[in-house]
Amino acid sequence: MNKETLQYQDVAVGDKLPPLEIDISSSLIIGAAIASRDFTPVHHDKKAAQECGLPDVFMNILTSNGFMGRFVTDWAGPESTVKGIDIKLGAPNLPGFVMTVTGEVTAKNDDTGVVEVGVMGENNVWGMHMGGSVRIELPKSDQQGEV
Amino acid sequence: MTPEERKAFEDKVHAYVGREVNAPQKGKDDVNKAMIRHWAEVMGDENPAYTDEEYAAKSSKGGIIAPPSMLQIWSMEGYPMAHNPSQDVQRELHNVFDEHGFAGVLGTNTSAEYYRDLRPGDEVHAHTVIDKISEQKATQRGIGYFIETVTNFTDQNDEAVGKIIFRVLKFTPNDSNDATGGDDSDDGMPEAPTRIASPRGHDNKWWWDAVDEGKVLIQRCKSCQTLRHPPRPMCGECQSIEWDSIESTLDGEVFSFTELHYPKFPGYQYPLVCAVISLGEGTRIISNIVGCEPEDVYIGMKVKGKVEQVDEKTMLPQFYPAD
Repeated sequence: MNKETLQYQDVAVGDKLPPLEIDISSSLIIGAAIASRDFTPVHHDKKAAQECGLPDVFMNILTSNGFMGRFVTDWAGPESTVKGIDIKLGAPNLPGFVMTVTGEVTAKNDDTGVVEVGVMGENNVWGMHMGGSVRIELPKSDQQGEV
Repeated sequence: MTPEERKAFEDKVHAYVGREVNAPQKGKDDVNKAMIRHWAEVMGDENPAYTDEEYAAKSSKGGIIAPPSMLQIWSMEGYPMAHNPSQDVQRELHNVFDEHGFAGVLGTNTSAEYYRDLRPGDEVHAHTVIDKISEQKATQRGIGYFIETVTNFTDQNDEAVGKIIFRVLKFTPNDSNDATGGDDSDDGMPEAPTRIASPRGHDNKWWWDAVDEGKVLIQRCKSCQTLRHPPRPMCGECQSIEWDSIESTLDGEVFSFTELHYPKFPGYQYPLVCAVISLGEGTRIISNIVGCEPEDVYIGMKVKGKVEQVDEKTMLPQFYPAD
């Protein structure tokens, strides 16, 4: 991740974030479900997932939501503050898939210092897994630029 | 389900709207470094604000913070969810859906707001209310209903720390998605099918575009005012190629119909009734009759149409018995 936190004034609408590629394995799906305290059987028990009409365990929303946040803080740096995440889920993420997360700055609020980043996560088999936006507050440097 | 059974079921579930799922509950674990580290580890999140105490103390954060996306994690029930989940109002509502064949459950949306960073030692209290239940929808996964809950999170000082709106689909799984054959291939399954896409050419694209907007239009000759459907470039009465359109009220009656049994097409919901409908405006349209059993459809039956999303990619007019 980027360890130098971006300043609000250094970011412009239209800026693209570095893409993030995630190899999805049973270990990731199950490990993240358990780390998020989500013991719903479809996220760790293949048979339960199949009874729900899917071939294998699938990623829970808390994990997808976590990747939305991580993707944006990886870019913004550790002194940024995530203020909100909106996510719409599409096709499930299953073991063996690869999800590529991309994003771009879609809005800036000069009063609050909050930047909105549109995020899309697509897997290589079924396409859109998640789409939405992350609102993140960036530090503003004290010195006002004088023109 | 007959229309009467469906109404009784929908009345029963809609009675849950506005009810609290349970009294405000304190999370089993307060915010703590171990759970933060476990989460960051599996997520591959190297943000030092979450795990590097020395860094975090020197940074503007002033110490370790939890990833904001963990907000809901502090209120999770944990292992009992797998075998003996607590019987709260939300579970009770899901059971009503299960009993009526909508056994599938899939989270579709969340919208989270985080009012402040949480730190080790913070308590997280969650209070959840059932906020909305949609009309019946045909989705890619199957027919079902969306349930929306709102959870407000507060801390040890009763101050708001965040809010999450959560939408789930309770649905009847499509047979076509039922891949219980134990396919262990790494590639998963082929994409879930949708209806055959409407062919959109020079002369009819405008008509389908209007359907996407929820409207059924009827082409009208500008010269002699004759209505025509399906769309075509020239008036059959006066050969004018000048035209505009009017919007149909979708009041009509069944002119002819058939029920398709075999072969079943992937992406279509069965039973499947295709009908020629005489619209009140005078033109005819081919569509589906839904909202009643196929054996209840008859020629001359009054119907009322509605443009609906029938799968993930498709908007179509669908006709219901007019009561």
